[in-house]
Amino acid sequence: MQNSLRQGKLRLQKWYTATAERDKKKMVRELMQIVLARKPKMCSFLEWRDLKIVYKRYASLYFCCAIEEQDNELITLEVIHRFVELLDKYFGSVCELDIIFNFEKAYFILDEFLMGGEIQDTSKKSVLKAIEQADLLQEEDESPRSVLEEMGLA
Amino acid sequence: MPAVSKGDGMRGLAVFISDIRNCKSKEAEIKRINKELANIRSKFKGDKALDGYSKKKYVCKLLFIFLLGHDIDFGHMEAVNLLSSNKYTEKQIGYLFISVLVNSNSELIRLINNAIKNDLSSRNPTFMCLALHCIANVGSREMAEAFASEIPRILVAGDTMDSVKQSAALCLLRLYKTSPDLVLMGEWTSRVVHLLNDQHMGVVTAAISLITCLSQKNPDEFKTCVSLAVSRLSRIVSSASTDLQDYTYYFVPAPWLSCKLLRLLQCYPPPEDGAVKGRLVECLETILNKAQEPPKSKKVQHSNAKNAILFEAISLIIHYDSEPNLLVRACNQLGQFLQHRETNLRYLALESMCTLASSEFSHEAVKTHIETVINALKTERDVSVRQRAADLLYAMCDRSNAKQIVAEMLSYLETADYSIREEMVLKVAILAEKYAVDYSWYVDTILNLIRIAGDYVSEEVWYRVIQIVINRDDVQGYAAKTVFEALQAPACHENMVKVGGYILGEFGNLIAGDPRSSPLVQFNLLHSKFHLCSVPTRALLLSAYIKFINLFPETKATIQEVLRCDSQIRNSDVELQQRAVEYLKLSSIASTDVLATVLEEMPPFPERESSILAKLKKKKGPGAVSVTELEDNKREGGELNGGGDRGPDTAAMAASNASTPSPSADLLGIRSAAPVGAPPASTGSLLVDVFSEAGPAAPSAAVNDDGFLRDLEQPTETSDSLLVEGSGDSDSAPPSEDPAPPLSEADELLNKFVCKNNGVLFENQLLQIGIKSEYRQNLGRMYLFYGNKTSVQFASFTTTVSCPGDLQSQLNVQTKPVEPLVEGGAQIQQVLNIECLTDFSDAPLLNIKFRYGGALQNLTLKLPVTINKFFQPTEMSSHDFFQRWKQLSQPQQEAQKIFKANHSMDTEVLKAKLLGLGTALLDNVDPNPENYVCAGVIQTKSQQVGCLLRLEPNAQAQMYRLTLRCSKDSVSRRLCELLAQQF
Repeated sequence: MQNSLRQGKLRLQKWYTATAERDKKKMVRELMQIVLARKPKMCSFLEWRDLKIVYKRYASLYFCCAIEEQDNELITLEVIHRFVELLDKYFGSVCELDIIFNFEKAYFILDEFLMGGEIQDTSKKSVLKAIEQADLLQEEDESPRSVLEEMGLA
Repeated sequence: MPAVSKGDGMRGLAVFISDIRNCKSKEAEIKRINKELANIRSKFKGDKALDGYSKKKYVCKLLFIFLLGHDIDFGHMEAVNLLSSNKYTEKQIGYLFISVLVNSNSELIRLINNAIKNDLSSRNPTFMCLALHCIANVGSREMAEAFASEIPRILVAGDTMDSVKQSAALCLLRLYKTSPDLVLMGEWTSRVVHLLNDQHMGVVTAAISLITCLSQKNPDEFKTCVSLAVSRLSRIVSSASTDLQDYTYYFVPAPWLSCKLLRLLQCYPPPEDGAVKGRLVECLETILNKAQEPPKSKKVQHSNAKNAILFEAISLIIHYDSEPNLLVRACNQLGQFLQHRETNLRYLALESMCTLASSEFSHEAVKTHIETVINALKTERDVSVRQRAADLLYAMCDRSNAKQIVAEMLSYLETADYSIREEMVLKVAILAEKYAVDYSWYVDTILNLIRIAGDYVSEEVWYRVIQIVINRDDVQGYAAKTVFEALQAPACHENMVKVGGYILGEFGNLIAGDPRSSPLVQFNLLHSKFHLCSVPTRALLLSAYIKFINLFPETKATIQEVLRCDSQIRNSDVELQQRAVEYLKLSSIASTDVLATVLEEMPPFPERESSILAKLKKKKGPGAVSVTELEDNKREGGELNGGGDRGPDTAAMAASNASTPSPSADLLGIRSAAPVGAPPASTGSLLVDVFSEAGPAAPSAAVNDDGFLRDLEQPTETSDSLLVEGSGDSDSAPPSEDPAPPLSEADELLNKFVCKNNGVLFENQLLQIGIKSEYRQNLGRMYLFYGNKTSVQFASFTTTVSCPGDLQSQLNVQTKPVEPLVEGGAQIQQVLNIECLTDFSDAPLLNIKFRYGGALQNLTLKLPVTINKFFQPTEMSSHDFFQRWKQLSQPQQEAQKIFKANHSMDTEVLKAKLLGLGTALLDNVDPNPENYVCAGVIQTKSQQVGCLLRLEPNAQAQMYRLTLRCSKDSVSRRLCELLAQQF
């Protein structure tokens, strides 16, 4: 499970185990409370339920992973960092708004990087290459739309 | 609105998101969303067919709404249309929607599966990856059924693109996790293992996650991965920081892959091949060396990545637990981290050291850091770090430092965070008990605990101190004195009043000689607390008062007056009222003798597991018991043994239990003559030894007693010291699946069934095993009932019946396997068919294994199949009896034993037992009517064995003489052994 959140607003979440919607909401609420209450300088790991939480704050965003007992905390911290680097590279100095307005892109990047909760590829180049390739396909697919048409449909 | 950089044309979506963000209130937001939902619904239902672009935009909006936390119950069909499209961007959005809003509608799933199937066979790598991602994201059983056989093929096919291989590996892993039964590796195994050699690092990184998971479940099939993993690791570790190009992360070569390789190796024992092992040790040494090198970058990412590998390497070293040199180096490295300025490293070092503390090679090295850890407990600002420090202190505690650690933990408790107080209290209580050399220190510690953190002292803790005081007479006087002093405090915790009331009620007489703590002073002190206490405590105090009346007749009038007053005798609480009325009546009408018998000192507690340890385990969940405790349990024959109580008092407790007369004997006043605090009357077994050595026909008896004594001694002699240092051997192997050795009390349990066929064979907190059995001639049938006492399912429940050694050729036991799942509260049954081939002495073993909350439970019992079960009673006259008795006069045909009565000597009880034995009880045979004689024939397949028995009780000496004569000498000996335990 991975979340990015801020001020109690969840921006992105991804679950790698089957969980009922109701439980997800409850867990997210609980986790936000715990993580937002942490002070700077505190340790980035904490025990929660049967899991270990690894979190890191980047500007206004907290990135948070729940990992299992035997998983490695430090390398998870760097999973978060690599994901932030990927976002940064793709959006060009990423900010919270990029993630809000392009949430689907953020998902695609996350999917290229992690799959089923495991790292698919750690190379920045490979991941971004996959995303950019997809963008190229997208541009080929689409003819520009007129603003008027957009407004009409919205 | 920010400038959206790349490839985005969905202006309508951006406008909508902007709108939502501009909403001033939650209500406005909901209104805007409802408007949008209505709009989308009408578009989807409208007559005009929507083009792909519009569909994509609306589906995206729905997704956004869902992510805001609103329920979405439509749009799935449109999403399926999108993912079936040939346009990449539509497909991508369609898959995303389906992945996020998984739906279990079977028609829908059929359509999705169809689209996935098309994409998988499209040979277009981007499409294939999208499809694989969708399968991994949804991961449902239906998808596993549809694709589990297809994906391994894609994974190992020679022409599959690297990116597709990566996705396929992880997709397969996800399916394996959800539906392991559907993922059959078989023929693919070796090709999957060889992915570790793939030249593309990304493929190796993805594949190793799959291989690790498969290795955990099927270690044998995948064990060739060990040497491949070692050589891959060695290549990475020895590479320069730039060799791996894009897989170098902040000057650390392939940190993720390194961690995963080290993790994979933790699924296996150390490599057997010397060369491979040497190479691995070299790698681990290099990793430890690198930790000492100056950092190549100041960035935290560099040190995190480097240390992630280091911690994983240390985990592997601890897992092997066979290289003292590496263990000590690891410990020193962690010692450096204990004082590192990074909180994260201090936290992890404390955590990792906890496991090092349980290795015999590094326990001493860990102990050298005690001051640093104590300091961490005092000064760390983050509670989670302090918690780790407390855990480590608990783990490194042994007899040499227990006093210091307990003192530090007690002083920390005064300011400890509320969230961890209860656990701390339990830990202090356990350490105090486990390492108590003198019990006055133990009593002081627990009373301090109650004083400092009374609210967090659970019932188990104060029950425990009372159990120990009652079972140990050398501490009773001290305990009475100390609680008396503690109660002097104007405000003392209610738990202190409870302990005080109980202990003074039992042992107040031991300090009554001092005028400062005379009976009346004691009573007044207790009673001054009475009115501030809750109902249960008051009830306990009332019982203490009536005990006072017995201990100190001079307090009778005062106490009766208290009992008689309206606030007691008319108390609105029924329990209090009843106690007051009954105690008052009892004290007025009962004679001193009766009073003394009824209110006699409590007998020692027959207890096996420390209730506190059980509580700590429960608190931490079945899966989370610390390594040390698991070790302990393993050593004692499986967790189910419940042998947690290995304090030095065990032997004394067991000894006094063994000789404690049954309650009925108590009422006869036999024990009331014993002075308070008499030493445990273990003389019984000693007497037997003396007799049996003296008697000519007693070798079997002596052997038996030896065994009995050895059982008693075991807890003090072995488990106590092993606790600290001895964990090495069992720690290195993965949790053993071998049947546990039989429980220490297995013989005792067996003995309970010699004279009966039905009853409860075994019971602990989780499991109850009941038995019903019937025998005819040389055949028997036994019904075993396994009851799950918890509310949680037992998984992988298996039982195995085995006949060790010679028994194999003597007894034939057949059964069918039981159902592997036992639901909470349910009971399952197993039938055993037993055939006695020839006479036998050992008992068949019953091994039971199951998983409770993830933890493997493993216990072995002896099945109560004893030779006497195959008795046929034989009636005969006095004349016949003595004639046969004389015929069986060879010395080895007779077995005799003289022993102390362990149970009631009542005639009816004895008769019932002898009948239960299966023989005929012959009246009017023995000239002495006090004696019992029996006769029977044991039926085995190969022969019949005639048996005669004579039991001569001596009520005055509370002794018996038991004589057996059988046509086969081994039967005489065995029956004599068995029966000596029964009376």
